[in-house]
Amino acid sequence: MSNSSAIPAMIRAENIHKRFGAVEVLKGVSLTMDKGEVIAVIGPSGSGKSTFLRCLNHLEVINRGHIEIEGEVLASTDSEGLCHYAPETDVRRICRKMGMVFQHFNLFPHLTVLQNIIEAPITVKGMKREEIVPVAEELLRKVGLFAKCDSYPARLSGGQKQRVAIARALAMEPDIMLFDEPTSALDPELTGEVLRTMRQLAEEHMTMLVVTHEMGFAREVAGRVIFMDQGEIVEARPAAELFAKPEHPRTKAFLDNML
Amino acid sequence: MDYILNILGPLIAGTGVTLKMFLVTIVLAVPLGLALALARISRFGVLSGAVNGYIWLMRGTPLMLQMLFIYFALPFVPVIGVRLPDFPAAVVAFVLNYAAYFAEIFRAGIQSIDRGQYEGAKVLGLTYAQTMRRIVLPQMVKRILPPISNETITLVKDTSLIYVLAMNDLLRAARGIVQRDFTTTPFVVAAAFYLAMTLVLTWGFQYLEKRYAVYDE
Repeated sequence: MSNSSAIPAMIRAENIHKRFGAVEVLKGVSLTMDKGEVIAVIGPSGSGKSTFLRCLNHLEVINRGHIEIEGEVLASTDSEGLCHYAPETDVRRICRKMGMVFQHFNLFPHLTVLQNIIEAPITVKGMKREEIVPVAEELLRKVGLFAKCDSYPARLSGGQKQRVAIARALAMEPDIMLFDEPTSALDPELTGEVLRTMRQLAEEHMTMLVVTHEMGFAREVAGRVIFMDQGEIVEARPAAELFAKPEHPRTKAFLDNML
Repeated sequence: MDYILNILGPLIAGTGVTLKMFLVTIVLAVPLGLALALARISRFGVLSGAVNGYIWLMRGTPLMLQMLFIYFALPFVPVIGVRLPDFPAAVVAFVLNYAAYFAEIFRAGIQSIDRGQYEGAKVLGLTYAQTMRRIVLPQMVKRILPPISNETITLVKDTSLIYVLAMNDLLRAARGIVQRDFTTTPFVVAAAFYLAMTLVLTWGFQYLEKRYAVYDE
């Protein structure tokens, strides 16, 4: 499959099925993503877009399908329809290629901003404090929060928290960044600063998969836009095309409603 | 006043016994309680169920009965039967009993931590053990300080139960003098001693709560 000489896709997800109890949340979702691509996933709430994102880095366990990250198999399904995951240590290693930013930040409240960022590099990668601190400080400068180094998360605004969360994810040097509605929990006047940081990241050619309700961001920053509804990808096309001329009536209805 | 100074000697000796019992119990019961809590929330059903049963047993029978059992009945139990001197017997009973209560407090504390904290740690590559040690348990400590403070203060007073094994703790020492001298003054002095000990604990926990207040949630 991907053992050819071609560069493997950053993410290759095929026919992902996910059930919560009797409810089928994902009904065979497939996506292939290349290096440096920025893809926005849009769709009504309950369409399965966040679940899809969470399946990619093992926050949810899929029921059926195939997931490959940079050519390494995370999960696959045999001919009898049984889904198998890679061994636990491999799963952890593969998933570390992806950084994730959550809707509710999930910063560690008992650690300062700087400690939040250096925690995983030290604990997981075994880096020395003096190696990672300059990197962390540089990341904080990049997201414009160097002055908040020693603050605890509770002292920050939502937008600042999210920018710290982005810096924290970047400190692990991921190849792919997953964003799960990064601005949905923010006051409208705070979304701009987070979107600016994300835009900057896109300009640096980070591979980004962004679940979002920000249509402006999707249109301007994303290369491709995926519209999901009822657990399926309804339409996946270059951003400009999809927004200008949605093919599917459901996409059109959704966009008319949003804009 | 002279009388009080006179009886102070045996009461201080009794306080020594009380404090020793208290400290040994805390030092052993807290880690055991934490281990029980982690076992109780583990995904291994057998382990979790066994701990659940253990907690039921320890909370469901009187501490005094447990102490009497370990001192008098344990020597006759096949295989594990062992005759313990009075202080170790009391320590075993206290530790086993208090660990059960601590375990429930720890469990409540651990389970009050938002699922997002686990997810945040997981996507950064932390293992379950690392997540517990670095993220969940440090946050748990702040939340459980008030109930732990409660439990330790109760323990100070519960140590008086060891009189049934004829150990001269503070209360038994006081009672001995009361019966000898036909005056209740030793009780009042003993009460003051207990109050002093619990006051120190109260202050200690207030200090800890302040220290942990540097971060809000």
